[in-house]
Amino acid sequence: MKIIEISTLWGALLLIGLITFFYRALFILFADALHLPGWVQQPLRFVPVAALTAIIVPELLVREGTLALTGQNERLVAGIIAIGIAWWSKNTLLTLTSGMVALYLLQWWSGS
Amino acid sequence: MQANSMDQFVRICGRRRREFWAGVIGIAPLVLGAIPFGLIYGVLAVTIGLPTTMAQAMSTIVFAGSAQFTTAQLLRDGAPLLVIILTVAVLNVRHVLYSASLAPYLRHLNRGWKVFLAYLLTDEAYAIAITRYWEDKANPCDRDTLRSTDRRHWFVLGASLTLWVNWQISTLIGVYLGAQIPAAWSLDFAMPLTFIAIVVPALRDRATVGAAVVAGTVVLLALALPLKLGLVTAMIAGILAGTMIEQWQGKKRGGE
Repeated sequence: MKIIEISTLWGALLLIGLITFFYRALFILFADALHLPGWVQQPLRFVPVAALTAIIVPELLVREGTLALTGQNERLVAGIIAIGIAWWSKNTLLTLTSGMVALYLLQWWSGS
Repeated sequence: MQANSMDQFVRICGRRRREFWAGVIGIAPLVLGAIPFGLIYGVLAVTIGLPTTMAQAMSTIVFAGSAQFTTAQLLRDGAPLLVIILTVAVLNVRHVLYSASLAPYLRHLNRGWKVFLAYLLTDEAYAIAITRYWEDKANPCDRDTLRSTDRRHWFVLGASLTLWVNWQISTLIGVYLGAQIPAAWSLDFAMPLTFIAIVVPALRDRATVGAAVVAGTVVLLALALPLKLGLVTAMIAGILAGTMIEQWQGKKRGGE
């Protein structure tokens, strides 16, 4: 982590909280009579999938700042196994545990 | 007549507690899933060097797991604060959809209720709350009737408050365990795993798959982008791709 003034960090944290609360309160508190038009609703539907995928992919494919598309990348292999389990089971806990177990086994296997 | 209205009174007032506990029970499976997520967030936040108070305060101030993870991760990677704020602003914008969807049902509540329920509004609470409102279509949405008999907001309160308490406790345990857990345990890997468990079942049609593929591709292409702007760029690209695919499909279907 880069050295940031603690007070600045608190400020950023509060701002993130305020933005999040603003989103949550927007219609409940301020605009309950308004109907969210379809052209706004439609893109919002894709936020979770797009955002979470953008977070997942580098965690699996990028090691130490560079692309690692090989079988030696244990996180990639364990991630693919977890994707398979998630697809088949649709179960959060099972996906989580099988992914972690796969990672541990692969790490143990490669001796790292 | 008198007895009848008394009956009505008991039924209505008794329903508050019943709704509340039904909400608590309804969200229980999702609460179980949130426990490891909260633990891991706590561990990650402390491992990257956030002060413990701040790591825990984020759970009360922001109260959104994916946003808290992303913030911690971007801080770890040395992203500027403005970029972090922008990224979370895009990531969390989905709550507007939940807010808009629940607002008509909460219209009759006073300001205090609205503020509190809005603060507690999460992916999980929304998912549970909206099914409660959908299953009970018998309850008329007439303004007067709503005022006198609709107690389903107690259900929403029960569900969201349970999730909140659980999140505070699990992140607190994570924050205190964080210092003791060695990096070799690779616990940070649980974050992408949790997200995989959310995303994969959500890939239901061409548009959502397209959104995921584009977001995943752009984030890799954008690795070279300065200031860690790649994440927010990829999110927006994915959202646009999904929207465009859906619109194109709609047009095609309309033209046939």
